[in-house]
Amino acid sequence: MTANSRHKSRAPRPDDGEEKDYVGFATLPNQVHRKSVKKGFDFTLMVAGESGLGKSTLVNSLFLTDLHKDRKLLNAEERISQTVEITKHTVDIEEKGVKLKLTIVDTPGFGDAVNNTECWRPVTDYIDQQFEQYFRDESGLNRKNIQDNRVHCCLYFIPPFGHGLRPVDIEFIKALQDRVSVVPLIAKADCLMPSEVKRLKEQLREEIDKYGIKIYQFPDCDSDEDEEFKRQDKELKESTPFAVIGSNTVVEARGQRVRGRLYPWGIVEVENPSHCDFVKLRTMLIRTHMHDLKDITSDCHYENYRAQCIQSMTSRMNADKRVESPVPVPVLPLPTPDAETEKLIRLKDDELRRMQQMLQKMQQQMHEQDL
Amino acid sequence: MRQESASADTLIPMEESDTNKTGVVGTEREDGGTGGEQTANMNTANSLKEDKTPSEKETRREQETEEGQTQVEVCRSVPDLQLSIIRDSDLFGYVGIEAVLEQMKLKTIKAGFEFNIMVVGQSGLGKSTLVNTLFKSKVSRKSCTANYEEKISKTVKLHSVTHLIEEKGVKMKLTVIDTPGFGDQINNKNCWEPITTYINEQYEKYLREELHVNRKKRIPDTRVHCCIYFLPPTGHRLRPIDVEFMRRLGTIVSIVPVIAKADTLTIEERLEFKERIRQDLASNGIHVYPQKEYDEDPEEFILNERIRGNIPFAVVGTDKEHNVNGNNVLGRKTKWGIVEVENVAHCEFVNLRDLLIRSHLQDLKDVTNNVHYETYRVQRLNESNMTFSELGFSTWPLENGTGARCDSDSHL
Repeated sequence: MTANSRHKSRAPRPDDGEEKDYVGFATLPNQVHRKSVKKGFDFTLMVAGESGLGKSTLVNSLFLTDLHKDRKLLNAEERISQTVEITKHTVDIEEKGVKLKLTIVDTPGFGDAVNNTECWRPVTDYIDQQFEQYFRDESGLNRKNIQDNRVHCCLYFIPPFGHGLRPVDIEFIKALQDRVSVVPLIAKADCLMPSEVKRLKEQLREEIDKYGIKIYQFPDCDSDEDEEFKRQDKELKESTPFAVIGSNTVVEARGQRVRGRLYPWGIVEVENPSHCDFVKLRTMLIRTHMHDLKDITSDCHYENYRAQCIQSMTSRMNADKRVESPVPVPVLPLPTPDAETEKLIRLKDDELRRMQQMLQKMQQQMHEQDL
Repeated sequence: MRQESASADTLIPMEESDTNKTGVVGTEREDGGTGGEQTANMNTANSLKEDKTPSEKETRREQETEEGQTQVEVCRSVPDLQLSIIRDSDLFGYVGIEAVLEQMKLKTIKAGFEFNIMVVGQSGLGKSTLVNTLFKSKVSRKSCTANYEEKISKTVKLHSVTHLIEEKGVKMKLTVIDTPGFGDQINNKNCWEPITTYINEQYEKYLREELHVNRKKRIPDTRVHCCIYFLPPTGHRLRPIDVEFMRRLGTIVSIVPVIAKADTLTIEERLEFKERIRQDLASNGIHVYPQKEYDEDPEEFILNERIRGNIPFAVVGTDKEHNVNGNNVLGRKTKWGIVEVENVAHCEFVNLRDLLIRSHLQDLKDVTNNVHYETYRVQRLNESNMTFSELGFSTWPLENGTGARCDSDSHL
């Protein structure tokens, strides 16, 4: 009703005949749009893969930024003792009035050591931590300014030199497939001839099926979309995994200035669809599927995590059979809070305990009903 | 080529070269056509008019003294021994000493060469393709095995393939040793062990043959003469596995590092990458071929220094030909151009080929025989505390006690 009256006051007065049937909530998307533009979007992208595969260059090319200006490359000695780190860069990008808070999570050191057993552990721990944080925030009292740091998408770089997935690739994607949407990419595709690209993509698709690896699947088009869109969508799906090339430099090609790489035998243009799939990746990631990725993260991966968490909590409580036990919330390494936040935390904890008791009661009821 | 009956003369080992750069006496200076060729025919049985091969086989020594003057030079290996050098123009007629070069050459051509090359690197770096391109024939494991599968094997297995190739009457027995599975696992600890074991086994085999009472005239040489190590073109630095491998193997075999699949690096990136690799090699104390310690004279030093400033070579390999400007060249065709393998402006394949085959093939064998093998031998003999009297030989002192290359190493 209120929407109706609001609409009436804003829109120009239509004819009498139309007013009877037209309610006006069709403008809702516009309202949402306006609100979002004001609020801005946030997106967290993780890049993973061995060093030297062009991850940073690709991110710079995707978002037309230069996030790693003065990066120091470690030499082999320093790298021997290095473990996998997690680094975060946040940058605010604005385009046509729409703000995007982009966070890039990098994983330097991944796969570099001689012994790479469980080198994905820091990465999975990080993703879980972000889920925990969100879980706590969501269950808390003050939910006005929840920061969504959950990782929405992980670009995994596969080296083009191999003959398909290597053991470390398989293990990594398997460890991450239930926590984040993994998009595999063929890195540094300028060392491959077109026939080799085709062969490698087929090989990768085969192996992904064979090992049962779950990567991000594009949602199917609705049947009422137009033919052009459907064709594009089909093309997109058939060219996965994308073979990409990134570049930090602008070169002159065919009379234009383009992002590219200059070789003695020719110029590779990053944005030329016949040279590589960079344009497709950018379209998919930013222009068409960004929101879908966020949805999948919150509807699918996060919910899985949450369900698992609560499950393990309640089962632990049943095992203990002590209601007064300290609240088994996941332990976060939070910084020492001050008195004000301490109070808030205590209130939150009480609330959680009550919630869990309720859950337990509900579960018991359900159990009795089943019997 | 005429067949000569095999003469049972003194044992000349296969590794003997006719590019003898050390000598106790005199020079190898080729006289500029003062009837040398004709007189050679007089002294040797066959009248082959072989072209004098280009100067890769003969080194020229610049002497600044005038013609006709006998110059006294102190011999380097035996100090205080003064020798007088007699020039051609001083001789009272042609003696025919230089014809011995011709004889040596013919003998080695008849006997043929053996060359064993090992390729090491992660799967997919183009090892087999590069070896095929180097020797312009399908000599790699990939081309020879019937059911070649590109699956990653769980352990490092060594696989060697031997071919007899012939060019202009010169026969070469080429063995390519492949190391599939190296560096492909999640945990690559000690993946270099099968390789070091193999190399030492070959030295052991040769040692045993050498110590026999009745030795074969020509001991079959399966020792690894050269190990090409493939570095992935990351553009950053050496990885820990690279450092570990080269550190361990640099002391037992001649390593030639190359940057594989270099068509993914621009020229700038390539130069920076090479510089960083050289720094990493220096800071880790890794000596790759050609090693500085084994340069024998200033000329060699200059030549090798130029090579050392350019390693590791950035290579691209292929066996497909394309048409460029009317010529059929080996290349890789992409949407943005054709990468020509033998074009020096595109990649350094030609430099690698020249180093390995055209100029330093014999040197690689020499270093393996005189340095690496001798080091192994000394170690083994010390370990087992053998003396030659136990074997029934008369004792004679070990020449290369320290394993360093000795100047008096001439097989003449």
